[in-house]
Amino acid sequence: MKEIKGRVFLFGDNINTDDIIPHRYLILRDNGEIAKHVLENVRPDFVQNVRKGDIIVAGKNFGSGSSREEAVNVLKVLGIETVIAESFARIYFRNLINLGVPALKINDVKKKFSEGDILKISLKNEEIVNETKKVKIQMCKIPKFLVEILEAGGILNKIK
Amino acid sequence: MKLLTENSGKTIAEKILSEHSSNKSVSPGEFIEADIDLVMVHEQIGGRIHKEYEKLELDKVWDPDKIFFILDHWVPAPSIEAAKMHQDCRKFAKKYKFKHDIGMDKGICHQVLPELGFARPGMLIVGSDSHTTTYGAFNCFSTGIGATDVSVVFATGKLWFMVPETQKFSLKGQLREKVMSKDLILQIIRDLSIGGAEYKSMEFHGDGVKSLSIDSRMTVSNMVVEAGAKSGIFIPDNKIVEWLKGRSISNYKLTMPDDNAVYIEEFNYDLSQIVPVVAKPPSPDNVVPVSELPEIKIDQAFLGSCTNGRLEDLRQAAQILKNKKIHPDVRLIVIPASQENYLKAIREG
Repeated sequence: MKEIKGRVFLFGDNINTDDIIPHRYLILRDNGEIAKHVLENVRPDFVQNVRKGDIIVAGKNFGSGSSREEAVNVLKVLGIETVIAESFARIYFRNLINLGVPALKINDVKKKFSEGDILKISLKNEEIVNETKKVKIQMCKIPKFLVEILEAGGILNKIK
Repeated sequence: MKLLTENSGKTIAEKILSEHSSNKSVSPGEFIEADIDLVMVHEQIGGRIHKEYEKLELDKVWDPDKIFFILDHWVPAPSIEAAKMHQDCRKFAKKYKFKHDIGMDKGICHQVLPELGFARPGMLIVGSDSHTTTYGAFNCFSTGIGATDVSVVFATGKLWFMVPETQKFSLKGQLREKVMSKDLILQIIRDLSIGGAEYKSMEFHGDGVKSLSIDSRMTVSNMVVEAGAKSGIFIPDNKIVEWLKGRSISNYKLTMPDDNAVYIEEFNYDLSQIVPVVAKPPSPDNVVPVSELPEIKIDQAFLGSCTNGRLEDLRQAAQILKNKKIHPDVRLIVIPASQENYLKAIREG
């Protein structure tokens, strides 16, 4: 699996699916249009500043609320390829993996990452390197068949 | 937290997942692939995934007998879009020969599915609705899934799971008059808070369980997801056996936890101490006793849904309203959860 390199956007606890994409925009149907409003209530300049490869780092219970998969698809549209959090809401965690986005559970994120840090992530070596802080962070083991889902770019590609 | 050893026993969730996985002895935190016994799908997801499923270019589903397909969220269709979605669902069900295409006249999914005998002890059930946890009342491991997961089950009959840790709830005593199991589960959600059972299985034990009717247990299992739980499973007892016998259902396996099962947390509730409570906006864990509420003018009251539209709820309301009239400024809306409940309620007057 290829390495991921990007900047950290740091968020707090309990960012729910309505924070990620407010419900009122879902009617737009086109993910490209919907994605213009990602996280606008939490951080209005997010969509303007985010670049391909950037990484969301959040606290506890990231993605609680609705089971809508748009809340993952819009992040993919913006080029976000990894989400790190202290914990994920159950269905959101499934949706990330199923749609091919690594969801990495790491404790004490505020001690390990700051806004704008550059991270290099290797799923193969199960390792995150914080290049800005010059430290290595071990991630938990990802089971083989989850790696296969991520490598295929999502579970539907895997079963095709 | 107790340490897990090789000799540790298993909770109900661990046992059911073990039996459905190639690893016959799973532990919490482990990722497994499990065989699904039944998948419940309603129109909100059914209407959305049919196009995605066609893209997989499979000419069949894994097992048309194990799909429970129902139209219940928009009945009758309130808009042209909803009507189109219903139409797509019907075509989808017909094309892939779903055996249990229930349609829209029976009632709400979580009530109708057990009534028709599809929730049996020991089963692993998934559904396109967060309240799929309801079947835990029947000693099933059941949980909600998203659209992509539904496509995967349709294609392969398997899903990946992370084996949850289990919280044990020991219930004793009996609920007092005019206190219902909804009060119990709201109290539990308040005590745990919204994320308090995140990714966990809740397991209900104790003598108090015996005093709860099947209707009451369904309300509890239905609501566990509001605390973030993956499932909420009751210890099976004679009431369940009798209920299943009453519907001529015989092929099932009652699943009990081992005596030395390992629980991440344990809680005790005395049912006789539970009082009527209300969850105030904006959150289901913002729970206060009714007695502490100030006087609030009521514009509309609703009795129904998959949480509270069962016969027991209707009976309780009828008892309170007997020989009384609804205030002219109040709209009271009653929607029984299923046709069966509606007919029984009519018969009881």
